Amino acid sequence: MIDDTVRVAERIDLLTAETSEGEQGLQSRASTSSGQLRREVGAVLRLDGKTLDPSSIDYEVRDDETMIINMGPAHPSTHGVLRLMLELDGEFVLRTKPVVGYLHTGMEKTGEELSYVQGGTNVTRMDYLSPVINELSYSMAVEKLLGIEVPERAVWIRMLMSELNRVCSHLVWMATNGMDLGASSMMIYGLRERELILAFFEKTAGLRMNLNYVRPGGVAADLADGWQDDVTVICDTIHDRTFDYDQLLTGQPLFRQRMVGVAPITAEEALALGLTGPLLRSTGVPWDLRRTMPYLAYDQVDFDVIVGTYGDNFDRYAIRLNEIRESIRIVRQCIEKMPSGDYRSQDPKVTPPPRARIGESMEALIHHFKLFTEGFQVPEGEVYSAVESPRGELGCYLVADGGAKPYRIHVRAPSFVNLQAIPLLMRGGTVSDAITVISTVDPVMGEVDR
Amino acid sequence: MIALPPLAPPGVLTSDGHDAAICCFPTKQQYVALVDAFKNDGFEMCVDLCGVDYLEFPTRQLPSGVTPTRFEVVVNLLSLSRRERVRIRVQAGDDEPEVDTLFDVYPGTEALEREAFDMFGVLFTNHPDLTRILMPEEWEGHPLRKDYGSGRIPVQFKQTPGPR
Repeated sequence: MIDDTVRVAERIDLLTAETSEGEQGLQSRASTSSGQLRREVGAVLRLDGKTLDPSSIDYEVRDDETMIINMGPAHPSTHGVLRLMLELDGEFVLRTKPVVGYLHTGMEKTGEELSYVQGGTNVTRMDYLSPVINELSYSMAVEKLLGIEVPERAVWIRMLMSELNRVCSHLVWMATNGMDLGASSMMIYGLRERELILAFFEKTAGLRMNLNYVRPGGVAADLADGWQDDVTVICDTIHDRTFDYDQLLTGQPLFRQRMVGVAPITAEEALALGLTGPLLRSTGVPWDLRRTMPYLAYDQVDFDVIVGTYGDNFDRYAIRLNEIRESIRIVRQCIEKMPSGDYRSQDPKVTPPPRARIGESMEALIHHFKLFTEGFQVPEGEVYSAVESPRGELGCYLVADGGAKPYRIHVRAPSFVNLQAIPLLMRGGTVSDAITVISTVDPVMGEVDR
Repeated sequence: MIALPPLAPPGVLTSDGHDAAICCFPTKQQYVALVDAFKNDGFEMCVDLCGVDYLEFPTRQLPSGVTPTRFEVVVNLLSLSRRERVRIRVQAGDDEPEVDTLFDVYPGTEALEREAFDMFGVLFTNHPDLTRILMPEEWEGHPLRKDYGSGRIPVQFKQTPGPR
């Protein structure tokens, strides 16, 4: 007699009920619709001659000889709380389904309850590895609706900070990717270099992460005195050390065996799935919003768009490593070309009066108070603004109803869309390849789940 | 200026003043055919798809000939070869919003449509796996709807401690 409440091996249903996600999870093949099955094995294409008929999918093994296992949500290689359900034949992956939502905190709903002034603090927490770029996308959307111009210096400061943030994000990627593959020294090096940038962020904005630095109308504060020296040191140090990474990883035979030729993707597949960022560029498509649809002043700086050839893990690694160098090139040009002037728009609608005025002018005090309690009103309309984040196209779709709060704020999170490539990339590989696939897709779960 | 696909009926295409993107307002019947026409016209990628609940903002500006409904599905298409964007806004319905899925045109909309279903309850006909994606499977209601109040469920750590 088995007790109904005690979890024992004889009652597998009790063991699994606690973690089950119901229909969201991977089902047995018999109870999966053909369209869904086609997706889980990674057959995404509807192009002529490439359509895969689900009845012709060769599974090689019978349903009862395979095993469905969970990877995550607490697996160390899943970079947060990504749960993958894998159907395995021995060590080979037949089907994959990512199950997400473990970090869902309703940030889009929260965004509707915060004023435009406060909105930056919300979006900056979505992709926590590139906060500045999140804020940039949001601020650009608000500015488009308001129709205000941002001063030249603010544009260049934004560009400087975005590129430092991109370096920072790619360094974390290098670090975690190294750790996933067992190169734990890379983990230490990546985080060590990132610390330089975070220290600069703290000096400039007061915080290391979640800066709320880029705001509608400009940036929160001017760069600190002597910033040129700080940034030059950061550029020199990190640029030199990228060559150490080359020595440590790029030519390393063990590393190459895990990366070269593993999990390739073609350009057609990437486009069909809507992939952007390094995933798309690794297939040879030269699509980088900084170059193809320039925003800020990216059309005034010199940099190369790094593309790959084979779309495999190694291409994605090489692209990110070289993007660090390209970003440093942009940062150096920012130091040279940084114009003087205001760091935020002088439009009184979005910018509070200077601190000195508040003490002597009643109007300035009222204005300051109103701006931070009620916020400013944004005319009716809807707008989509997109920027290139380290993970791909980060878009912000904003609907304004004329009030002080966004009517609807939707963030097009690149990681969320890029996750759809995982079933395709993992099909046919081993479980250890699956680890490298998660790593090189580089999802940030804060952004996936929002 | 984007050349009009032959399917777009007159009066549903406007240029948006804010981000200079083209906005299309097809009916539900024209929706998939129009997206397909754009795809054949060089829009290789569907970058974004989301729902909007216009319950508290019914006075929004729409071109004449478009009947506003409570729910709207907004699709953003991108042409890499021409470096252009186009936005498609389809009126999805009032009580039981439902539109056809774009999965067969752009497989990359799969997760985005699931998110729109999860958050707004918009049904996507013929979607291969229309389940919740962010909320738990047994969740009731669709959180981003305007009549879904936030803060309905008490958060444990906010409870006041009892008397000492």
